[in-house]
Amino acid sequence: MKRIIQLAAGILALAITPLAAQLVVPEIAYDAAIEPLKLPPDLNFGEVAGIATNSKGDVFVYTRTGHPTLSLGTARPFAHGGSRMFRFDKTGKYVGEIGQASYAMLFAEKVKVDPQDNIWVVDQMANTIMEFDSEGRLVMLLGRKAESENVPVRGAAPPAAPGGGGAGGGGAQAGGARAGGAAGAGGGGGDPEGGGGRGRGGPPGAGGQQDVFNRPTDVAWDAAGNIYVADGLGNNNRVAKFDKNGKFVRSWGQTGTANGQFRQPRSIAIDAQGLVYVADAGNRRIQVFDADGNFKTKFLNVGTPRALCITQGPRQVMYVSNSNPPENIDYDGEIFKVDMTGKLLGKFGHAGRLAKEFNGVNQLECRTENEVWAAEIGNWRVSKITLRGAASTN
Amino acid sequence: MRRALSVPLAAALVLCAMPAFAQVKATAQNVPEIPYDSVPNFLKLPPGRYLGEAIGVATNSKGHVFVYTRSANTQLFEFDQNGVFVREIGPGAYNFEFAHSVRVDPQDNIWVVDEGTNTITRFNPEGHITLVLGRRPPAVQGMLQAPLPGPKPPAAKYTFGRPTDVAWDPQGNIFISDGYVNHRVVKFDKNGRFVKQVGSENAGPEPSQFNTPHGIAVDANGNVYVADRGNNRMQVFDNNLVLKSIYDNIGVSWTVCISPGPHQYLFTSNSNPNGNTPGSWDITGEIYKMELDGTILGKFGHAGKQLGGFQVVHMMDCRNPDQIIVAEIESWRVQKLMLKPSAAPARPTTTAAR
Repeated sequence: MKRIIQLAAGILALAITPLAAQLVVPEIAYDAAIEPLKLPPDLNFGEVAGIATNSKGDVFVYTRTGHPTLSLGTARPFAHGGSRMFRFDKTGKYVGEIGQASYAMLFAEKVKVDPQDNIWVVDQMANTIMEFDSEGRLVMLLGRKAESENVPVRGAAPPAAPGGGGAGGGGAQAGGARAGGAAGAGGGGGDPEGGGGRGRGGPPGAGGQQDVFNRPTDVAWDAAGNIYVADGLGNNNRVAKFDKNGKFVRSWGQTGTANGQFRQPRSIAIDAQGLVYVADAGNRRIQVFDADGNFKTKFLNVGTPRALCITQGPRQVMYVSNSNPPENIDYDGEIFKVDMTGKLLGKFGHAGRLAKEFNGVNQLECRTENEVWAAEIGNWRVSKITLRGAASTN
Repeated sequence: MRRALSVPLAAALVLCAMPAFAQVKATAQNVPEIPYDSVPNFLKLPPGRYLGEAIGVATNSKGHVFVYTRSANTQLFEFDQNGVFVREIGPGAYNFEFAHSVRVDPQDNIWVVDEGTNTITRFNPEGHITLVLGRRPPAVQGMLQAPLPGPKPPAAKYTFGRPTDVAWDPQGNIFISDGYVNHRVVKFDKNGRFVKQVGSENAGPEPSQFNTPHGIAVDANGNVYVADRGNNRMQVFDNNLVLKSIYDNIGVSWTVCISPGPHQYLFTSNSNPNGNTPGSWDITGEIYKMELDGTILGKFGHAGKQLGGFQVVHMMDCRNPDQIIVAEIESWRVQKLMLKPSAAPARPTTTAAR
């Protein structure tokens, strides 16, 4: 009996031990500046969701700040505000704001800069991906913001509990029902009207064959300029591909744990060969696809990947954050340096609020191998990380 | 009167049966009145700026006054020691939604507690956020549903349920009273890591339980004083949150303040209830000045609309124990009260302030 209990405990311990912890991964020496960007006296970051740099070293920060507001009209509440994007020059000096008072900056998720220095903004609540040129003019829009928001009525029966068999866990952002509305519960079976989300034409939990997103999380491009969207934290669990003009090409994935299925894809990046890397956070893995969505391989050694970036240049590496949920600093939080085959080259950091600690990293930016920017939801800040290169490749 | 640690069961049952936030006449007897004047026109707001419900007030080492107010939006204002408006801090900051408390630490950082966003946020003296505890519920999840029937989920280590106040011990450990949804006090270390809690997600009348802990202060020895508002008492804990004593003769303890210096004084307000319920002006509204051990030295103030009267004192600053600054809910007002030296505390003064 006692032995059985011991055995059970051993199995349990194995089951809950992160895979990454079972490997000997070298620690990378690093420094981190927690105030690399100088804000004007009247400005503060809120939750910093997005961080990106352009080819000149300008820095863009997409942050949840201000007052997320519902205003009343025709018996429907309309959502406004709640996020802003700030621009800094390469010395960290504040330059200005992009997209202020725009229609769709509600709940910041990511900001990315493409090779032409256009600035792409992913908003998780507006369900939009906005492309601004380097001057801040809107040049393309994917998705559409919902006309109004559903708000639960006090005293009304609560909606069904989230998600049978779906992705429930993984932090407060995971899964939650959107305002009690039809775009329901976390990663569950999807909308009975088919297609999951609000789209049509795909299998359950796959979303529609169109640019209708459900809490999208990230965007990336291949060398031809095709656009790939990670979609998302709602009940689409897919990658949607568009051509460079924004015309829908295909999507792949649906809710699930099999190869090619997702539970809450949170980040996407594409390497020089055109392979597509998706941080499949709810399944605690990175999946790798070719440009047509054919499954190639998966990496199971990176904890819960909430953020992913790939360096530029001839020899690419990626950084992956095993981010702690911003509601708890007692576990996770390390960032892995990974080669393109999935081998862990090193790691650094852990969850916390001090300098050189990280709290809820939501995006990583890594143009070069020894300079990494981290957007921290839990610490309302940007960390600029300088790696000392001790554990560099080969 | 100081009271040792045995709360008779009968009293506990009475407390339990009493609706939260009732008006309660203090049981302390023969308390001397401390005479005072209220400084006219203390805070001078520029045109176009208004205080709403004043809610939070604190001073820094230079005497600057910080007011956390429910205005058009919740805002944090700074005034100089003469009440001249200096600036608004952090306009539009993500933690501002429904003000509850502002406190200034020994390094002149400004901490605000917002019960509309479940956050405790530290601004440095320049006005930039340097620490956040708790998390604002993500807007993308929409409005939170009313709690389902059944037991409440356990209070989490790092998130709060409408927190109310914050204080620090000399080592920089952080103490948070939490709040209207949870009913506990949480201790974090100076780096914001959870150490311990007393109380829980559930309200209760027993010693070391709370019913809406509404204010908190720490003395120079690290003892923790909690305004246990719904239980009509103050509970005192040591630095490890072990109960030391209960003061329950001071009416409803809405808020608590401890003056600095070698001889520290404790202040608590038996504030008149919101809505000025019938008869409440006769038995509530006074502030008590006490020794840390619970000995009452005197009282001052009364419910009233005019200057010198109080409309639901929500927070006090007592950096100078003879100059108390009070923030009121229903008059949208901050008053500076100049306490007059009174005769020996045992001899009641008759200068009625009312």
